[in-house]
Amino acid sequence: MHIHFLDPYQRGHSPVHRTDARVKLVLSVAFILTTALIPIGVWPIYVLLFAMVISLVILSGLGVGFVFKRAALAFPFVLAALPLLFTTPGLQLFSLTLGTWEITMTLPGVERFFSIALKSWISVQAAILLTATTQFPDILTAMRAVRVPRLLVAIIGLMWRYLFVLADEALRLIRARSARSGEADVPGHRKGGRISWRAQTAGGMAGNLFIRSIERSERIYVAMLSRGYDGEVRTMPHPKLEVSNWIELIIGGGILILLLVLSLLIWE
Amino acid sequence: MLSVQALHIPDGFLSVVVSIFLWFISILIVGYALRRVGQDLGERQVPLMGVLAAGIFAGQMLNFAVAGGTSGHLMGAAIATILMGPWAAILIMTSVVSIQALIFQDGGLLVLGANIFNMAVVGVAVAYMAYRTVLRIAGNAKRGILIGGFVAAWFSIEIASLSVAMQLVFSGTSPAKLAIPAMAGVHALIGIGEGLITVGALAFLLSARPDLIKFGETRPVGGRLVWVVGLLVALVLAIASPLASTRPDGLEWVAMQNGFIDRAQAPLYRIFPDYLYPGVSHETLATIVAGILGTAIVLGVSLGVAYSRRNRQASGG
Repeated sequence: MHIHFLDPYQRGHSPVHRTDARVKLVLSVAFILTTALIPIGVWPIYVLLFAMVISLVILSGLGVGFVFKRAALAFPFVLAALPLLFTTPGLQLFSLTLGTWEITMTLPGVERFFSIALKSWISVQAAILLTATTQFPDILTAMRAVRVPRLLVAIIGLMWRYLFVLADEALRLIRARSARSGEADVPGHRKGGRISWRAQTAGGMAGNLFIRSIERSERIYVAMLSRGYDGEVRTMPHPKLEVSNWIELIIGGGILILLLVLSLLIWE
Repeated sequence: MLSVQALHIPDGFLSVVVSIFLWFISILIVGYALRRVGQDLGERQVPLMGVLAAGIFAGQMLNFAVAGGTSGHLMGAAIATILMGPWAAILIMTSVVSIQALIFQDGGLLVLGANIFNMAVVGVAVAYMAYRTVLRIAGNAKRGILIGGFVAAWFSIEIASLSVAMQLVFSGTSPAKLAIPAMAGVHALIGIGEGLITVGALAFLLSARPDLIKFGETRPVGGRLVWVVGLLVALVLAIASPLASTRPDGLEWVAMQNGFIDRAQAPLYRIFPDYLYPGVSHETLATIVAGILGTAIVLGVSLGVAYSRRNRQASGG
């Protein structure tokens, strides 16, 4: 069992896939920043931002359904903003009395809640678009280009490389546990022991995984030494940004600034 | 990987001011940790930190059934701190949180600084403070280590969740009197799961590789600083959050006074004040125009893609 399904990269040859990773990383973050900066309740701009993401998703050939499904993963967090519906002061929409509780929903509350949910949804889609069309080594190169410390990039890069190996180890541990976990279907008989016992088993597996990680890292270190590693992380110099990359950056940034200015005009 | 933990904040839930402020703090601390660990581990830093981060990530897949279809699983800040010392643990958790955001959209990109702050900085500093304190009281023996592990794990989850709640409140996303008790209550339970797994892992390591537990102890150069920071963070969050949630809207009041909420909602400046823009003076009208424009863009791109695909197929076959 190998978990390649972990890798969110979707092979493709679309213009979005071919765009330089540095351009994509910078524009994605700029897009999310712009979305965050748009004030509450400026629906026209949300619509335009959404249209932008969806257009790029269509252009990338990922499939709108694929992106929507993955974007739904961030949805449970909306719960955190749910109380806004009832606690924001303003024009009352309706009020409900449940025993001693009186719940009042307000118009500004609804506006704020849906703004936050929508902005979050649009941002997640932009992030999905980035990772589904860019191979991770390219994202690492882009991170270096925007001056993330070289050592940190090296650590994250190595982590990525061994992520699948250790996830496979974890899956083997889980399979071994289920293979040894018989369940007697006797009525009134509690299954699977007490919670603390189950937690202890999971803990033992985690401890096992750490030993394997540490021992593996020692082997990797020796292997790196034997290949001439001296503590210095050497990386290929990244190619210069071409004129076309700059044009993409300027056009993308320009559209985002335009949307921001428009939102300030509309906002009242 | 369905998780009940609500520690990974997605984009859109924190205001820009809060997000950027926490990016700033996280960058400073992670930068210092990189230097620190580099001094301790030297050239072993990259392989050891990288593989252990992958190990913690994979360890988060290990879960155990609790009740009603929910399951407990590991965040890992406490176990990383106990095994590797605070500075290395900060790097490990930073890598884990970054990969989760960059690849799995578990947490946003603009709020990544905040997520690093909550899980890698607060989680680790609090775990370290709690673990050291228990060891000092209960001694270095097996019992002390296990109790210390449980306490460290529980506090790291609980205080990190309070930190998340405070950020949501400061961003004007959640009201204090609901967000703080809800987050604290849920994570007090989740913290027990984290604590039990951590104890299980430590018990296993104590009998299989006791040298690894000592491993972490030799590391904490500058540990006192982390201890003090952890204590301060824990105290501030543990005392300020209940205050904020019992005094009606106390924190919102502070946020309002400092203009946080206004800044979160209002534009930074206004061009053309009181000037009715021709054509977009009416918000509904503007929304309709945007809707039409948006649909046109999407439709245009779809047609373009379909057309070029048909052309390619026609020329290919």
